[in-house]
Amino acid sequence: MTDAPVLEVTDARVSYGGIAAVKGVSLDVRAGEIVTLIGANGAGKTSTLKSIVGLVPLKTGSVKIFGQDIRAEKTHEIVARGVALVPEGRAIFGNLTVRENLQLGGFLRRDPAHQKRALERCVRLFPRLGERLSQEGGTLSGGEQQMLAIARAIMAEPKLLLLDEPSLGLAPKIVQEVFAAIAEIAASGITILLVEQNTRLALKTANRAYVLVTGEIVLSGESRALQQDPRIRAAYLGEDVHG
Amino acid sequence: MSQFFQQVINGLSLGSIYALIALGYTMVYGILKLINFAHSEVFMVGAYTGFYAAGALGIEGLEQRGAAFPLYLALVVLLVAMSASALLGVLVERLAYRPVRSAPRLTPLITAIGVSLLLQNLGMLVFTPNPRRYPPIIKEVRFELGGVIVTNIKLTIFLVTLALMAGLWYLVQRTWTGRAMRAVSVNLDAAKLMGIDTNRTISATFAIGSALAAAGGILFGLDQITINPLMGTLTGLKAFVAAVLGGIGNIPGAVVGGLLIGLAEQLVAGYVSPDYRDAITFVILIVILILRPEGILGVVRQEKV
Repeated sequence: MTDAPVLEVTDARVSYGGIAAVKGVSLDVRAGEIVTLIGANGAGKTSTLKSIVGLVPLKTGSVKIFGQDIRAEKTHEIVARGVALVPEGRAIFGNLTVRENLQLGGFLRRDPAHQKRALERCVRLFPRLGERLSQEGGTLSGGEQQMLAIARAIMAEPKLLLLDEPSLGLAPKIVQEVFAAIAEIAASGITILLVEQNTRLALKTANRAYVLVTGEIVLSGESRALQQDPRIRAAYLGEDVHG
Repeated sequence: MSQFFQQVINGLSLGSIYALIALGYTMVYGILKLINFAHSEVFMVGAYTGFYAAGALGIEGLEQRGAAFPLYLALVVLLVAMSASALLGVLVERLAYRPVRSAPRLTPLITAIGVSLLLQNLGMLVFTPNPRRYPPIIKEVRFELGGVIVTNIKLTIFLVTLALMAGLWYLVQRTWTGRAMRAVSVNLDAAKLMGIDTNRTISATFAIGSALAAAGGILFGLDQITINPLMGTLTGLKAFVAAVLGGIGNIPGAVVGGLLIGLAEQLVAGYVSPDYRDAITFVILIVILILRPEGILGVVRQEKV
């Protein structure tokens, strides 16, 4: 229990109608770490995250949370183990208010005392949301929706937070704000697996990284080391964008 | 003028019944994008359960002695019928729709038509095809208001509908079940990520919609005096049109649509010809589909890419 990684994925394979999207991914995330999974569009990053929370079925392989195999479990049961996913595209409940979105994030922690405390924490983390609690989620700007999606995910105080492309489509200034919040969430003791296309930012934020290319992990290691790796520099850090 | 008010009162009470049934169509559509054709049979079974429950509680003996059926027993009849239909609705979803939920959309639709036909025929087998006189769960009292005849039954229909709608509003807006239902209707996967057991939420939606249809069934029996196993076909279809008129998937829309269809039907029956009372519903359907296919309160839904 104590030594088991928060998340351990072993030889995960995911296919959609015969087309393999994830071809044997293995990775682990230990308590307190920020680990990033980087790779180009279509590399299988989102599919990997979805298979962890049971939104897409694993063809083979296993996913363990604190050493417990969760392969047969349904998404809501996996969430109840303390896993939260901020999905790509945010998936805000657009015609529900910001407050209701946040309340639903704490669906498994419904006692009013917890709800109140968690909501206050979210508002401290993202003061903009505090000003918009009774506004419908769909009326928020893209950046605010991303903040809401992250805040909603931490309402249940997860142990493991999975983030899918939190920088997607946001202005640089907002990206900074969002990543500052992610760092703060990590500092509060929540373990993070971050999926990003923005390699520079992801490596700067994370302790360790895995590089995913067409469904396979081709490289992994300390972020600091990967930042210096010539292959990464060529393929992902701008020297050659055709990688 | 009094004829006009007479038709309005009759139209509102009939429309209330359509609204109660329409809510079930619209809630299920909102959550599963499925048109639950079996809903009209859930309505029928609700009416019959009320019929048998009232019989079991000795309504015939009371009637022969000229005594009224006590109000608390009328409430028991209502609750029994609502529970039975809720159970039926949940079973239909569980046994017929859940196995085909991820199939192409035509499959659940045809399944729904099949379940509807199955229940109609089971109804004829179990309840016999003969129309039954509905027991006077509420004894009719007529009174006149400025030339307009009002009965306590029409008032009851209106009040029961109002109470149930207030209850539904509270449930959907103020409870965790309601929040979960709204979340599921916006985005199923995102709802799962909140830790919501979506299967349970879907079952709850069927239970609530079906219970409302059962209440509609009893009120229909009180209003129309007779019931038969095919009573759901036309009434259910009209309620479905009401849901489309209001904007399918939209709860207030179902209420507005139901009341409008009821009013239109009675006004046409009163001023044009009773022969056209059923036709007007479908004229409205054609007009709304041409002019405003999203319905009165509906919003144009952008298809997700």
